[in-house]
Amino acid sequence: MSNKKVREPLFHVAKRGYVPKYKSWAIRLGSIIAALIVCAVVTMLLTGENPISVYKTMFEGAFGTERKIWKLLQSLAMLLCVSLAITPAFKMRFWNIGGEGQVLIGGLATAACMILLGGKVPNALLIIIMLVASIIAGAVWALIPAVFKARFNTNETLFTLMMNYVAIQIVSYFCMYWENPKGSGKIGVINSNTMDGWLPTIGKYDYLLNIIIVLVITIAMYVYLKYSKHGYEISVVGESENTARYIGINVKKVIMRTLFLSGAICGIAGFLLVGGTDHTISSTTADGRGFTAIMVSWLAKFNPIYMILTSFLLVFLDAGASQISMVFNLNESFSDIITGIILFFIIGSEFFINYELKFRKSKKEVK
Amino acid sequence: MKKVLSILLSVAMIVLCFAACGKTDSDTNTTGKAANVKVGFIFLHDENSTYDKNFINAAEEACKKAGVEILKKTNISETQACYDAAAELVDEGCNIIFADSFGHESYIIQAAKKFPDVQFLHATGTKAHTEGLSNYHNAFASIYEGRYLAGVAAGMKLNEMISSGKITADKAKMGYVGAYTYAEVISGYTSFYLGAKSVCPSVTMEVTFTGSWYDETAEKEAAQKLINNGCVLISQHADSMGAPTACEAAGVPNVSYNGSTVSACPNTFIVSSRIDWAPYLEYAIDCVKNGKAIDTDWTGTLSTGSVVLTDVNTQAAAEGTQAKIDEVKAELESGKLHVFDTSTFTVTVSDSKNKNATVDADGYLTGYMADVNSDADNAGDTEVVSDGYFHESDKRSAPYFDVQIDGITLLDTQF
Repeated sequence: MSNKKVREPLFHVAKRGYVPKYKSWAIRLGSIIAALIVCAVVTMLLTGENPISVYKTMFEGAFGTERKIWKLLQSLAMLLCVSLAITPAFKMRFWNIGGEGQVLIGGLATAACMILLGGKVPNALLIIIMLVASIIAGAVWALIPAVFKARFNTNETLFTLMMNYVAIQIVSYFCMYWENPKGSGKIGVINSNTMDGWLPTIGKYDYLLNIIIVLVITIAMYVYLKYSKHGYEISVVGESENTARYIGINVKKVIMRTLFLSGAICGIAGFLLVGGTDHTISSTTADGRGFTAIMVSWLAKFNPIYMILTSFLLVFLDAGASQISMVFNLNESFSDIITGIILFFIIGSEFFINYELKFRKSKKEVK
Repeated sequence: MKKVLSILLSVAMIVLCFAACGKTDSDTNTTGKAANVKVGFIFLHDENSTYDKNFINAAEEACKKAGVEILKKTNISETQACYDAAAELVDEGCNIIFADSFGHESYIIQAAKKFPDVQFLHATGTKAHTEGLSNYHNAFASIYEGRYLAGVAAGMKLNEMISSGKITADKAKMGYVGAYTYAEVISGYTSFYLGAKSVCPSVTMEVTFTGSWYDETAEKEAAQKLINNGCVLISQHADSMGAPTACEAAGVPNVSYNGSTVSACPNTFIVSSRIDWAPYLEYAIDCVKNGKAIDTDWTGTLSTGSVVLTDVNTQAAAEGTQAKIDEVKAELESGKLHVFDTSTFTVTVSDSKNKNATVDADGYLTGYMADVNSDADNAGDTEVVSDGYFHESDKRSAPYFDVQIDGITLLDTQF
């Protein structure tokens, strides 16, 4: 491999060729085990708590009671919904990091309908209006950077990012405008007595409707990306715009259409958050999901079915981490450290799936 | 090589697993001490926020004193997450649940309806007296009295500046950095102003709003703006160190809030008022322990130890400040003195301002319809002026004084 006279480095990095599935999953599993060991060591060193009881608490935080399981599923559904929304854009190599803003604007449209039309139209009609308004609002919010990208080739990363801040400010403005009580800067629960515009609950399960809707979107997105002509066009544009142009795909049209879809699903996420669970809006309604969704989508390699797993992983870590900070009376930052270590290893494992470390062969060692 | 490593790792894992099993067994055996009262807390942020830190300290103090178990949930946003947190605390066996932020209220009410056997306490809320739930309670403190005393200290400082020839009496202008034009803030700055005016009659005040409870940059800039406008003393009602540090940099005296800032501002910090929530929590825990009902609205006072002032910083304060504060405090406690005594200030009524007020020919307040019941119309619904003073925190615990009195100029009101 190398000349004996040249001093070989201790190890070097080489790209792996084909990696069989069992091997890539073994690496992933190994990375999680390694992460847990490092977390255990860190936990013991920093807090003196028994790491296993910390993990046990984490598990309890996610699955401890029926309520926690429902809450976990709800968080999973909402994160998954936003992740699904940004996925077609990402697959097209259009870096839509404006999910946060698109969710907020969708939520704001929902809240506006609830405030302005509540009690004036039948409830079923109101909910349909809310849904349509949120879809349009989210879609338009995503379409603006898409149009600029398609027409003027502006940088979509910066553009979508900035649109988040515009959305946050608009929402803050309306929080002042519709504030209740006066001067508080908060909207409070909308229509708390009449429940106008609140999404219905299925039986006694508050979150079931959200979960079902997101499940339907997941399957639809999987089919759309994998089996539809649109999905194919998205992957071609993502791989190479020139190829797409060569085979007669209207790239501008695909960009705008895909972003419209992306924003529309973000709008639905806003609709579910405001109409389904929170019944209010504030600048923190999206709660960072627009950014977390990027990680979910990437880790799952843009596959909607895998995304169920990756978003589950993230909400599990989150629920477990907050339980840790409560039970062990630790600062919330500690759970962030644990989450950070685990994510670091998982993301790092992708490196070891694509590349391998080749160590210097020593004479003594028998391979 | 790889094989060796993997074998090593798996052995390590197996050993760890077994070690773990042994440990967890012994763990479950020791955690069996059940106290009959368990208090769950819901905080908007964690101890990095001065607002929440004040609550967290009080929570720990009160629970330790009462010898009850405590569970804290920090960084709970004012969304459905608040309801979920409350429900989880119920699942954990809490029989008292306390939430510290104004925006938590609707979700706590929702939880109170769902879990009638659990007592829900909410600080700064406004709806307990109209909701009619036996297990939902609001609490606040007569912090306007603390602000008034802090204002007295400010007035003393102004007098010192006047007598030393640093400023003339007509230049005695204070500045105030507020968060929102919310009744709690208006009540706070007005009482502060009246306290200063009680010892320095020529004082005026300018108020500006930042539109956020915590925005260090905005608060710093707001304080700087007031200083540039000629304000010779600054106070604030927002939670960051923005205003105090701006004052220290400019060498302008500062009356702080929510705790002492003397370590960061040794040359300019005069005194600070804050609410101590421990007395309320002790009271509520005691009620639950003894099966007594908790007040729907509980207002802590100077006498209950809920309204407290820090030590006066003699480095910055005028001479005799502590003695004067003690004197005025005794008058307030005895009921001889009222902060919002209507004979001490005048009010201008116009189409855009103070619509709920009625005044006599000289501009003194004779009546005021305050917005005590939080409903959608934000209109005045309760008469609160009688016996020659405005009855603050009387009809409900959260402040509702929102009169714009003469002598205070609002520079901006968009928030």
